[in-house]
Amino acid sequence: MNTQSNVEPESPSSLNKPPAASASRAMYWSIRRELWENRSICFAPLAVAGVVLLGFSFSAIQLPQRRRAVLMLDEVHQRVAIQMPYDIAAAMIILAAFIVGVIYCLDALHGERRDRSVLFWKSMPVSDLTAVLSKASIPMLIMPPLIFVVIIATHLIMLLLSTVILLMSGLNAPTIWPQIRFLPPPLVLVYGLTVIVLWHAPIYAWLLLVSGWARRATFLWALLPVAIGIFERVAFGSSHFGSFVRYRLIGWFDEGFIPPTVSGAHIELMQLTPGKFLSTPGLWIGLAFAAGFLAAAVRLRRYRGPI
Amino acid sequence: MTVIEARGLRKVFGTSIALDGVDLRVDEGRILGIIGPNGAGKSTALNAILGLTPYEGELRVLGRNPWTERALLMRDVCFIADVTMLPRWMRVSQVLDYVAGVHPRFRRAKAEGFLAKTAVRPASKVREMSKGMATQLHLALVMAIDAKLLVLDEPTLGLDILYRKHFYDSLLNDYFDHKRTIIMTTHQVEEIQDVVTDILFINRGRIMLNCSMEEIEKRYLEVMAHPEHVAAARLLAPIHERQVLGRSILLFDRADRFQLAALGEVRTPSIADLFIAMMGNEAGESQGAAV
Repeated sequence: MNTQSNVEPESPSSLNKPPAASASRAMYWSIRRELWENRSICFAPLAVAGVVLLGFSFSAIQLPQRRRAVLMLDEVHQRVAIQMPYDIAAAMIILAAFIVGVIYCLDALHGERRDRSVLFWKSMPVSDLTAVLSKASIPMLIMPPLIFVVIIATHLIMLLLSTVILLMSGLNAPTIWPQIRFLPPPLVLVYGLTVIVLWHAPIYAWLLLVSGWARRATFLWALLPVAIGIFERVAFGSSHFGSFVRYRLIGWFDEGFIPPTVSGAHIELMQLTPGKFLSTPGLWIGLAFAAGFLAAAVRLRRYRGPI
Repeated sequence: MTVIEARGLRKVFGTSIALDGVDLRVDEGRILGIIGPNGAGKSTALNAILGLTPYEGELRVLGRNPWTERALLMRDVCFIADVTMLPRWMRVSQVLDYVAGVHPRFRRAKAEGFLAKTAVRPASKVREMSKGMATQLHLALVMAIDAKLLVLDEPTLGLDILYRKHFYDSLLNDYFDHKRTIIMTTHQVEEIQDVVTDILFINRGRIMLNCSMEEIEKRYLEVMAHPEHVAAARLLAPIHERQVLGRSILLFDRADRFQLAALGEVRTPSIADLFIAMMGNEAGESQGAAV
């Protein structure tokens, strides 16, 4: 046990806890307070899921005719046609989560300086490291499991909805239920979300750094890489920086998956390439940059006061 | 026990010197009022003590280095910078949950007890509160934290007189127990006259005067001189002279009370008058540095 904190006999029992316990407590409450402040973290993916479901239920009116046409196709194209809405739903929710994460990070260390509340946060026994890590964990640790649940729930509702409609239209159940196996396997989703968030970690960390550093117009500073890309294109006619940005945004797909042979088809377990992904230098260089950006953000939070 | 010990504390922003070699020692159980004109270095000194800004020189707060150990130090130190620092989006219940979560010395029931006596409701948001209510909320938090040092930087700025009076009353009656230490800065000098045990005048990053209220009563005397004695009074080397309603008021440091009594009405100067006298001298550069 920690002997230093036992010096005072009258101190509350919580003070005698080992530092690790109080540090994880501080982390837990720091994350909770981020979720209180930024309710869009939960609401935006849910709202997108709602919009997707609404659109799906409108299109479901014509589902029986479409399904009859689809059943004429060969097995592979059948699968593609049936799976498409599910994939679109997942992609939309993931995109929404990315946008929410970007907006969140850009404001995370800027908003508290702008409204001077950073003084209140700093008057609490919470270190700058804990504060910055709690903010970084929102897009990197909290949102992926959250949108996993939202996507699975959306898929199940879509499946239920289409089953009910198809049954009512007189298609017999055996032609309907095999579509369960057309759902993206949850493991692919878990893998995909992990690959994306690891790949995007330096983006979130860069945005946190910008929000801790810029006095104003964080959004413009965040777009600096894009500006560099445009400059390079105009000045030198090349697009090395542009392709670097592009690679950082969508490179996870090429590194983490074998693209499907039929356009628009699902990713199956066989097409996951974790070995290739983990041996991609781009992943580790990106994570190293993320760590560097976060360390700089911690340092900035220590030095910078209210704006 | 020494709560704050500073030696050669220095802080430079670009070309301006905010703190110019400050030596300071604050013992347990004192209430220190830091008084100085705008830009004198008051807030910089407090920020250094709170670990909000790096500095040169030596500084220990409760035996810790505030810059490197802020998070640990904040278990024993509370501060209210001004009324606008509470997060505006937060609900009162969330503020209480959060502080109870991260602060090992916070007694939630005590804070709720204080708030029950005010108009602050658990469901209200900080943004919906008046400045006075937000201050009451912050004060309730601070009072429920068993801290050793409380730092107040212009705590009553923008409050009406009722809230200001209530603030200092609560501080003295419900918070201060002679084991705790309070440091505060304010422009409302007359309001803290009866609150503080010690005062510190600071100007251009240097300490002009640092002494207890008892010492002030012993050292400084003010004479409203009879017109015929003004010339005689001036010979006794007053540190400051001002005119009120056509009569001269002269301020003396370490003068003989009986000698002065022969010249006019003698009284202890208010902190505000003492401050003006010293800062006025500093501005005129006659004898400020001698203090």
